[in-house]
This record gives sequence, C-alpha cells and structure tokens, in this order.
Amino acid sequence: MSVTATPAAPQHPAQGHRVAATHVPSGGLRGELRAVKIVWWRELIRFSRDRLRVVTSLVQPFLFLFVLGEGLSSIAKEGTHGVDLKTFIYPGILCMAVMFTAMFSAASIVWDREFGFLREMMVAPVKRSSLVLGKCLGGATVAGFQGLIVIAIAGLVHVPYAPVMMLAVFALQLLLAFSITAFGVMAAARVSQMQSYMALMQMAVMPMFFISGALFPISGLPTWLSVLNRIDPLTYAVNPMRQVVFAHLTINAAARRALTPAVTWFGWAVPGLLEAGVVLVLGLVMLGIAIAEFSRVE
Amino acid sequence: MQDAAISVQGLVKRYGEIEAVAGIEFEVPKGELFGFLGPNGAGKSTTISMLCTLVRPTAGRAFVGGYDVVSERDAVRRHIGLVFQDTTLDGYLSAEQNLRLHAELYGMPREHVPARLQEVLEMMELWERRKTLVNHFSGGMKRRLEIARGLLHSPRVLFLDEPTIGLDPQTRSSIWSYIRRLETEQDITIFLTTHYMDEAEYCRRIAIMDRGRIVALDTPDALKASVGKDRVQIHTENDEATIVALRERFGLDAQIAENLVTFGVAEGEQFVPRLFAELGQQIRSVNLSRPSLDDVFMSYTGKTIRDAEASSTDQLRQMATMWKRR
Ligand SMILES: Nc1ncnc2c1ncn2[C@@H]1O[C@H](COP(=O)(O)OP(=O)(O)O)[C@@H](O)[C@H]1O
Ligand SMILES: [Mg+2]
Repeated sequence: MSVTATPAAPQHPAQGHRVAATHVPSGGLRGELRAVKIVWWRELIRFSRDRLRVVTSLVQPFLFLFVLGEGLSSIAKEGTHGVDLKTFIYPGILCMAVMFTAMFSAASIVWDREFGFLREMMVAPVKRSSLVLGKCLGGATVAGFQGLIVIAIAGLVHVPYAPVMMLAVFALQLLLAFSITAFGVMAAARVSQMQSYMALMQMAVMPMFFISGALFPISGLPTWLSVLNRIDPLTYAVNPMRQVVFAHLTINAAARRALTPAVTWFGWAVPGLLEAGVVLVLGLVMLGIAIAEFSRVE
Repeated sequence: MQDAAISVQGLVKRYGEIEAVAGIEFEVPKGELFGFLGPNGAGKSTTISMLCTLVRPTAGRAFVGGYDVVSERDAVRRHIGLVFQDTTLDGYLSAEQNLRLHAELYGMPREHVPARLQEVLEMMELWERRKTLVNHFSGGMKRRLEIARGLLHSPRVLFLDEPTIGLDPQTRSSIWSYIRRLETEQDITIFLTTHYMDEAEYCRRIAIMDRGRIVALDTPDALKASVGKDRVQIHTENDEATIVALRERFGLDAQIAENLVTFGVAEGEQFVPRLFAELGQQIRSVNLSRPSLDDVFMSYTGKTIRDAEASSTDQLRQMATMWKRR
C-alpha cells in the first residue's frame, strides 16, 4: 500500500526543501516494529487500567467450571469413569477464558473508531499491517494473562502443576487468543457500532464454544453434531488442550478412552500439532483479511 | 511554486453523485497561515483528507511539502501534522502517554522525544497536566493537546480542521492565540478550515469555498476591498431630507437600516469629510464600516454563510452518520 519516496531527479521544484531538518526519518522495518510494539503496549496499558474487565471476563468461564461442573457431576459420574467432571471440562475453560478476553480486545478497534482514535493511527506513516499485527499481539498477550489465572487454579480441579503441561497449555492459549483476536479485528473492520459487534461475537463465539466439545467428549456423536464439530475451528484448540492436560493425569484406561478421543477426519486421527496448525493457519488467514480491510483507501 | 508547501491542481473528489470537491486549484507558500472558509458541507474536510492521504482524489493532483499525496503517501504523512475536526485522542491514556504513542508511531528518534515533548506541551501550556488522563481534560485542553501532538514530530505543514468548533468563545480565542504564536514562532505552514468569519480574519490568505469550489482566494483585506464599497451609516435630524439630498448631490442610493440612513460608497474615509461639507443637513453621528467577510461571502455566493449552513445541515447530518459507519 505504501510507495517509497524516490529521492531521484527533482520532479517538483519543492524538492530542494526535502533535506530540511525533520525529526521524522523514513521508518523502514525498524519503524514498523516500533509501531507494532506501541500498539501492543497500548493494549496492555488499557487492560491494566480496566481491572473490572479482568474480573468480568472470568465470571462466565468460572460459572461453567464450578457451577455446571459441580452441578452435573452426580449424573455424569457413570460416564466419566470416576474422573471429576470439573477436571474434564477444565481444558475447555482454559480455552474459553482466553477467547472472551481476546474478543474484548478486538472490540477496542470498534471503540477506537467510535471515539476517533483509530484515525490517529490510520494517518501515521506506518503500514496498516503493523497496526493490525500490534493489535492482535496485544489481544493475545492480554488474553494470556487471563489464561494464566485459569492455569493457576489447576489444583482446584485435581490437575497437577506440571511445568511441561503448563507451558504447552499456555502456548496453546496464546495461539488461540491470537487467532480469536484476528477474527475479532477482521469483524471490527466492517462493523462500526459496539452493540452490533458484541451481538456478532455472541452469535459466533457461543455456538463455537458449545460445538467444540469443550463440555462433552467428541466420540459417538450424532452425525450432524459430529460434522459441525469438525468444522468448528475451536475444536482444534480444545482437543489438543485436553490431550495435553490429560497426558499428565493418572486415570484408568477406560476413562481415558471415553474422555479423550482424538479428532478424526474420515476415520483418521488428526495429530495434535496439525490441530494447532489449523488454528494458526486460520488465525493468519483472518489476520491477512483484516490487514487488507484496513489498508483500503477511500 | 518554488516555496510552495501545498500545491493543488484540479483536485476533484466524487462520492457517487455528490461532488464533494469540484476541481480546485491553489498554492500555499511555505510559512503561511492559510485558511479555508466555507459553510458546513462545502468540502473543506474532504480537501484536508485528500491532502493528508486519507482519501484518494477522484481526479487532479496535490503536493504537500513537495510530495505527491497519492504516489508518495508515506513521505507526505511523515511531514504533516493533523488535527481532525473530531477529537482523536485516547481518553484512557494520560496526555504524555498520548504523545509518546504518537512519537513511536511516527518513528521519532528516541533521544529527541523527551525534549520535544516538553517543548510542545509547554507551548500549549499543558506541561503541568501531562500526567492527567485525557478523559479528565476540558474541550479546550483536548484541542490544545491535539495541536501539541500534531506538532510533536516537527511537521512542515500543520493541518487543523475546524480547530475551534464546539468550543466556547473564550476558549476559541485562547486557541487562536496559540495558533498565532505558532505562526510567528515556528517555521511551519498552517492550513486550517473554519466556518467562523471572525476567525478567517486571522489568516494571511483565505480561500472561500462553497459547494466544492473555491469562489475567491486572497488576503482578507483584498477580498473585502474587492467587494468595493464601504458602508456608511448616519444619524441625522431629518432622514427623509437626507436621503433626497444624498441622491441629488452625490448620486447615492440610501436606505433606512437599523434606524439609520445607510448607503454604500467607495473609499468611505475620503467621502465622509465631503459629506459634512456638502450635505446641508445636520449630522449627529457617522458610522463608517469596511465590508466584512460576511459581505464578501455574500457577494461571491449570493447568500450569507448562515443561509448556506442552514441548507446543508440536513446533508451534513447524513454525512456524519456515514462517516461513523466507515
Ligand atoms: N465519505 C463520504 N461519503 C459520501 N459523501 C461524503 C463523504 N464525505 C463527505 N461527503 C460529502 O461531501 C460534501 C463535503 O463534505 P465535507 O468535506 O465534510 O464538508 P465540510 O468539511 O466543508 O463541512 C458533503 O456534501 C458531504 O455530504
Ligand atoms: Mg468539515
């Protein structure tokens, strides 16, 4: 989208003034990186100012984990083969917490548009891609904090604090948060009002969450649900998350078979890394679309 | 052209059927305080948006600081400062944080930032308030902060779109005192838009814009002179007789306006002494006024700026919602 100035032969007479002292050199890659960093930093500052958001975006995940997990445990006892239902849905909650925060982070673009700040960024001498990238990284970081809180309560749901597991969980959370933020930014490029954005997100995120298998094992489902489940991108974050967590649990073989079936494509079990790859690729595609949207000039 | 900070040739912007800017030409030499005066909907903001590379012209060319606004967009952006019509500050950051963010976005060398930041904040008398969240600022302070931010990266050209809109008269005049200080103390070209006649007076030159066209462009004095006649109002013992006398002795067509005998005449200062000597009527008081920019606007567009505003308000409202939708 940007064209570099050619310092070649003077075409316009005003060229002579170009050497005059200016404090703004041509940015180059370093300039772009600074832009990415500052947009990222702004997300963090705003998040740190907004304590309420830290709390509110954890309410729903914790409701699911503790209320639903406790409430349904008596009727789920048979199916979980002795594993606490809360332990079973914990990986889904690890995903849910970052999803909600990432979604809110992307919402700030809509907010910035309504309150004008977006224009300050749009007129800066940097590529729009740097702005969008900074935003997505910021969303991922902020959501990462949220994820850490949920990781910290692992003990409450009988999950051990195994360093390798926690690292893998955190990496998956960051990846998911990045992709969800990219999704949100892509949507925000087209939506100008906060209410519409929130409605859109609710409409997209809740079904994605329910269908992903965050709350139920994904084997033996009716065909329609099975198909939807495989289409749902979130499936490819929730399932590896569960595999990672359950790999560090000591449970009987029956429970393991019942609770952690692999995601299958036409009978083929998709490996965890490929699943993470699906989330990454989708995230990058949405990032690309978001960049294209924001790079348009009237 | 040698010293042109802004040079515009046949610039056009069409939005579907609407011709927001209908082919304008002008040049602003370096260091000038140049104003666009026109009613709402005249195309002022659209012109600024094109000059600032935010909107692509439908036709024509424009150079800012010698750079083409279409093909050298990044170079233009590095050399301009911009204060939008609507505020674009981050209210949840402090004044200082807003400026730091700007410095980073503009890739200012880090070692220059602290000194320059202090300089612009002091210039706008906001240094003591630098730690305050922008949300706690008054409208006038926000405007000043935006001007400070627009100046931070030492732009060659500062664009101010309606810098005083929505501010109370006192704040307006204080903003103007800052702008005029900039003009004298800084090596910078200022391009601003306004729809306040009284503010346009402060500009070195103004372009009067109406429905996408520049209808006149000159210094305020020259524009007023081009309207020609000064306005003379006299208070007399006998208005009827005075009007008759004016017609018979001077060939002037006078009316009663605001309870005074009112007429227009070229070079009023020279005329008034003759009036006393030759009118033959008792004159109690004389009021001589030069034509105002209102008269100028009227003579070039056939309407007052307020009439022009009224007819475009509805259009404007539509546009405001459209802008937000984007
Ligand atoms: N994005 C847009 N889409 C359609 N019409 C627009 C857009 N922006 C401005 N206009 C139209 O262009 C005209 C000039 O608008 P503008 O430049 O904002 O005027 P001013 O700043 O002088 O008040 C108006 O009639 C407005 O409706
Ligand atoms: Mg305007």
